[in-house]
Amino acid sequence: MSLTQAFWAIIRRDLLLAFRRRAEMANPLLFFVMVVTLFPLAVGAQPNLLQTMAPGVIWVSALLAALLSLDGLFRSDFEDGSLEQLLLSPHSLSILVLGKIVAHWLVTGLPLLLIAPLLALFLGLPERAMPTLWLTLILATPVLSLIGAIGVALTVGLRRGGMILSLLVLPLYIPVLIFASNAVDRAASGLPVTAQINILLSMFLLSLVLTPLPTAAALKMSVN
Amino acid sequence: MEHLPQIKLEVADLSCSRDDRLLFSGLNFSLSPGQVLLLEGSNGSGKTTLLRVLCGFREADDGQIFWSGQPITESTFFADTAYVGHADGTKKELTVAENLRFALALSRSGKYSIEAALEKVQLAGYDDNLVQTLSAGQKRRVSLARLLITDKILWILDEPFTSLDRQGITLIENLIYEHVKQGGMVILTSHHDLSLPQMNLQRIHLDSCH
Repeated sequence: MSLTQAFWAIIRRDLLLAFRRRAEMANPLLFFVMVVTLFPLAVGAQPNLLQTMAPGVIWVSALLAALLSLDGLFRSDFEDGSLEQLLLSPHSLSILVLGKIVAHWLVTGLPLLLIAPLLALFLGLPERAMPTLWLTLILATPVLSLIGAIGVALTVGLRRGGMILSLLVLPLYIPVLIFASNAVDRAASGLPVTAQINILLSMFLLSLVLTPLPTAAALKMSVN
Repeated sequence: MEHLPQIKLEVADLSCSRDDRLLFSGLNFSLSPGQVLLLEGSNGSGKTTLLRVLCGFREADDGQIFWSGQPITESTFFADTAYVGHADGTKKELTVAENLRFALALSRSGKYSIEAALEKVQLAGYDDNLVQTLSAGQKRRVSLARLLITDKILWILDEPFTSLDRQGITLIENLIYEHVKQGGMVILTSHHDLSLPQMNLQRIHLDSCH
C-alpha cells in the first residue's frame, strides 16, 4: 500500500491502542490537572499572586505532563517487536514515525489544550490572555512531542532510560517554556505578543521538518 | 507470484562480534528462489544476530550482503523480506484482524486474504479476539498469518517452532514447502529436527564459521 495509507494506518492504530489503554493514557492529563489545582492550596488564597503565576504554573505543568507521557511513545512497540516490523517496512521510517508522533500528540497534547483554559480561569488568568494561552498551547505542545520523540528513540533500548530521557529533553524544552509563558504573561498585561508567537511558530515548523529524521535514525540504533 | 529468476541473496565474507567475542567470520553463502537455509549452532553462536544483520537491524563488522547483485540498502530487499522474530510483533490490545490489517497497510498484499490466512494457520473464528487472550502458540500462528497475507519473497524466521504443538510444526513445514515451491526463499533457525523432505535445503553450522 502507499505511504499515505501507511501513515494514516499507523495513526489509526495508535489511537485505537490509546483508547484500549485509556486509563494509562489519562495519567499525564490527570497529573496536569492535579499540579495546577494544588498550587492555590499551597500558595494560599492570594488572588493577585496566583494571577501573576498562572502562565508559569500552567506551562510548567503542561511541560512536565508532556515529559511524563513521552516514555510510552515507543516503549511498547520496542518490547513487542512491532518496531522491528516498522523498520522492515519498505516505507520511509521517518514518515511512519511522524504518524506515531501525531497520534501521540492527539492523545496527550490535545486534551491539555481543551482543559488548560478551564484551569487558567481557575487561577484567575485575565480573560484577554486566553486566546494567547490557546495559541501557545496549539503551537508548542506539538513541539514538545516532536523534540521528545528524539529523546525517547535514543533511550528506548536502555532498561532505565527515564532519568537520561529527562536530562536529554528538558534543556531542549526550556526555550519553548520561556517563549510560551512569556507570551501568556504579556498578553495578561495587555502587551503585544506577535514576536513570541512567531518564534513559537518557527519552532513548530522547524521541529516538524527536522525531528522525524533523527528520530528514525535513533530508533534504528536502539533496535540494534 | 511471478518473480524474476535473477533474484538472489548473496552474503560475502560476513563477520560479526558481540561484546568483544567473535560470533562468526568469513561467512559466505548464497540463496536462490526455491531454496531453504537452515542455520544451526549452539546457544549463543550468533544465529539470531546473523538474522538481525540480514534484516538490517544491526550492522555487520565486516562483509557485504547483496540482493539481486546490489547492496541490500540500495535494493528492494526490505520490500521483499518478512521477519518473524522472538517477539511476535503484534499488539496485545488489538484484535487478531486489526493486527493483520495493520501489517497489510505496511506492505504489499499477498495472495491470501486475512480470513483465508487465519483459516490456513487454524485460527479461523479468532478474528475478533484480542491478541492478549491467545496462547503463546496461537500468537505465533498470528505472526505466521502475517507472512501469508503479505507478498514477500524472503522469509526470515527465528525459531519459528517455539511454543507450537506438533500440528503447528507440521503446519509451518507445509507453509515453508508451499512458499519455496512458488519461488520463495526461507532462512530459519531451529533446534528441531526438521523433516522438510524433498526440499532444496542448505545447512550452515555457525559454530564452525570462525
